[in-house]
Amino acid sequence: MDKVKKIFGGDTRQLGMIFALVALIIFFQIWTGGLTLTPDNVINIFQQNSYILVLAIGMVLVIIAGHIDLSVGSVAAFVGICVAIAMRDWNLSWWMGILLGLAIGALVGAWQGLWTAYVGIPAFIVTLSGMLLFRGANQYVGKSNSVPVSEDFQVIGGGYLPEIGPNTGYNNLTVLIGLLLAVGIVVGAVRSRRALVKLGAEVEDAWIMWVRLGLICAAIIGATLLFGSGRPGTSFPISGIILAVLVLLYGFISNRTVIGRHIYAVGGNRHAAELSGVKSKKVNFLVMMNMSILAALAGMIFVARSTASGPSDGVGWELDAIAAVFIGGAAVTGGVGTVVGSIVGGLVMAVLNNGLQLQGIGADATQMIKGLVLLVAVAFDVYNKSQGRASLIGMMMRNFRRGNDDDTSATPPPSAATETSSVSETIRQSS
Amino acid sequence: MSTPSNPAPGSSSAETAGAAQPAAPPGSIILEMREITKEFPGVKALSDVSMAVRRGEVHAICGENGAGKSTLMKVLSGVHPAGTYDGEIHFEGKLCEFNNIRDSEHAGIVIIHQELALIPEMSIAENIFLGNETAKGGVIDWLSTRVKARELLARVGLEEEPDTKIRDIGVGKQQLVEIAKALSKDVKLLILDEPTAALNEGDSQHLLDLIAGLRSKGVTCIMISHKLNEIEQIADSITIIRDGKSIETLRVKEDGVDENRIIRGMVGRDLESRFPDHTPDIGEVFFEVKNWTVRHPSVPDRLVAKHSDFFVRRGEIVGFAGLMGAGRTELMRSLFGRSYGTYVEGTIIKDGKELRLRTVADAIDAGLAYVTEDRKTLGLNLLDDIKRTTVSARLQRITKGFVVDEREEYNYAESYRKSLRTKAPNVDEGVGKLSGGNQQKVVLAKWLFTEPDLLILDEPTRGIDVGAKFEIYGIIQRMASEGKGVILVSSELPELIGLSDRIYTIAEGAVTGVLSREEADQESLMRLMTRRTHGGSAETTPTSSRESA
Repeated sequence: MDKVKKIFGGDTRQLGMIFALVALIIFFQIWTGGLTLTPDNVINIFQQNSYILVLAIGMVLVIIAGHIDLSVGSVAAFVGICVAIAMRDWNLSWWMGILLGLAIGALVGAWQGLWTAYVGIPAFIVTLSGMLLFRGANQYVGKSNSVPVSEDFQVIGGGYLPEIGPNTGYNNLTVLIGLLLAVGIVVGAVRSRRALVKLGAEVEDAWIMWVRLGLICAAIIGATLLFGSGRPGTSFPISGIILAVLVLLYGFISNRTVIGRHIYAVGGNRHAAELSGVKSKKVNFLVMMNMSILAALAGMIFVARSTASGPSDGVGWELDAIAAVFIGGAAVTGGVGTVVGSIVGGLVMAVLNNGLQLQGIGADATQMIKGLVLLVAVAFDVYNKSQGRASLIGMMMRNFRRGNDDDTSATPPPSAATETSSVSETIRQSS
Repeated sequence: MSTPSNPAPGSSSAETAGAAQPAAPPGSIILEMREITKEFPGVKALSDVSMAVRRGEVHAICGENGAGKSTLMKVLSGVHPAGTYDGEIHFEGKLCEFNNIRDSEHAGIVIIHQELALIPEMSIAENIFLGNETAKGGVIDWLSTRVKARELLARVGLEEEPDTKIRDIGVGKQQLVEIAKALSKDVKLLILDEPTAALNEGDSQHLLDLIAGLRSKGVTCIMISHKLNEIEQIADSITIIRDGKSIETLRVKEDGVDENRIIRGMVGRDLESRFPDHTPDIGEVFFEVKNWTVRHPSVPDRLVAKHSDFFVRRGEIVGFAGLMGAGRTELMRSLFGRSYGTYVEGTIIKDGKELRLRTVADAIDAGLAYVTEDRKTLGLNLLDDIKRTTVSARLQRITKGFVVDEREEYNYAESYRKSLRTKAPNVDEGVGKLSGGNQQKVVLAKWLFTEPDLLILDEPTRGIDVGAKFEIYGIIQRMASEGKGVILVSSELPELIGLSDRIYTIAEGAVTGVLSREEADQESLMRLMTRRTHGGSAETTPTSSRESA
């Protein structure tokens, strides 16, 4: 267990989620007879869920700061219809449409941020109001009609990387990006390790780093080949690339920048943050505004994929995004959560949805299962916290080891003392 | 609900307004805990702790923070249910296995926690009978509830109407309501966890008198407290716990126990001095406050600081003494970027220049640091880890652009952990898991990291054990030796007298005097602290001491 922990880093909560996701994928791969991990299907999963995952990135920051945003679906729909009509009536090009959409998102976000941060109305109320307001605005602006968007705009939602270079049987750009990513991660890890050694800080054993890097690279290359080997003309979707860039960007912002630290500080203890010089109103304003900008982007991706903006776009998205964030380990009370965790949480829901669909399970049963998964995931988290123990994986590994110990009870390992204590604890808990 | 062997007449909780009369003679053993061992994953919180409490005595439990006192009381009161610990509890001669608090309360053991468990928006009577309502078929009998509440309030000497809401009475009176609530439950053994921690001297004394009164009526008390003078005053026996083990039980009268004797037991050695040696090296005046006047944030006609003048010299430790509610915290926070109250007038001069500190960020930039009295709600994000907390008040010191340099973050946090001797496995540890003393060291590290010229410490040793206090005193003196100015706000007069080079006294928001180290003693300070000021509103509401929160 310790070795597994070392390889994947300290965050056992996130580790548990990743293992759960992998287990889920393997389960559906077997159950659907290999239909899950086909190029077409994984591309499909990404295209169908990228806008929810984009929302989850914004939502996790909102929830870390101790708020909630119920308006994202309506904001996405409102921005979608505005952009579609503007491009149709004013002949805007696709990139001007995107800029316009982001600007509208920023305005909407400023509106909601103003009420939340500076007037002091709880975000739940402000965004509940926004949910109604912008849903109505969507139908008012679009007169409840569907408005199609141009083909070059559709690329951001339904497009793929182009085919270039020699025919290798794979999409060359996808493969190239995958390789660059793998090389980048290896170089980055080696470099930061070297710098740490130079500073005289403690570093992990070299083999741990290499095993970890090996696993990451294997995963990246596996995914690359999967995405690259689809039908000709398909490859890693553009919306997936947008998502990947956002994950890297926001992961970095939340962890390594001043504003990111301040979001956690305000969500963890607003008073303490203020007495440390954090301007909590500004942080709240920016978080709410950022959420609406990402909602605008999500709305445009969706419109691009479905080739038209309609009056009922984005209904229920806020709930999917919030569910992803909580499955990903965020706390309702704020201060806890990660961007990557939320993406993994969103993917858990996406894979579940997709697998059940492939098996022909109806929408009714699918909803019930998703609801229960959300409840069980968070309940597990709460239970673990109350027991002061690490994670799902931690418990699985302990039980696994207990099995081992029973088999080889004649020769207890040298570290038996520490092991038995945790084992007896497990027995006590489970009884 | 009563146990068969219950000796008290009338087992219904409703009839306990009269004292519970012990059938057994006073002096016999009412509670015995034998070889209690409690483990948490990775930690042995208690190992083979044994103690015996005699009927009708006040039995104090002393030990440093983290020694296991609270865990022991949680085992006793069923918070940690039977089966999760090893050892035996015998209460009134019977082996007890409590599965929850209800079980222990039925047996007559009631615990009053450090954090009061009252509901502010409900009345005194409702709180007293919460979970134990006088009801017929689920419908509450308000008349008898009020009558019984009034009887109980009379027993604890609290003159308030039963319908008064909890939020309208002061924290001292709230503590009395807690005791009334315990009495309503037919209490035989009352456990008080730090009962006077949040009380001023008058309220503390009243509470101690009440405990003595209960003792004379046969109620046995176990009391956890850090205030050794109170223990010396009221306790009959003292059990000392150190590192999860019971060290000794002292009989106060027979053994002639005094504070130094208790401290020796708690830390396992004699502290030759309560304060480290320090030779002050005082320079010129560098920080001056003139005519500082601040209004209360929600009561505009009340001034929390009135025309205050004071100054601090380099290398000087300046004490601020005052009773609870005198406005020390309010004054300091209003100086620290106007983080409390509404500014009216006054100037701050530092290094010859007038400062305009409108926000906390301004104050930090100007070289001020303020360590709050309320560590958990105002000082720390308990979800965060040590390294992030250490750098949080001045992130820009280790940022390039907007990006935090994580290596520098680690290095700074690690060097502060070492120099302040924070007990933690590494700087990735969550601050919520640390003991009070170590949390305080992290808070100090956070403010030392801002490289302040003036360090304002508000009750820096509150809720901290003796050993950690000594270390924090050393840190304070080191800061002064480095040429920083230190303002020390404390309710513990011996601490102020032992550390400060000069002491200002504050009463009702105004500076009422200043004494040099040589002039200051408890009596002279107390005289100045209680001096009436002119022109202010003379009345203080009972809740005024809590409004700073």
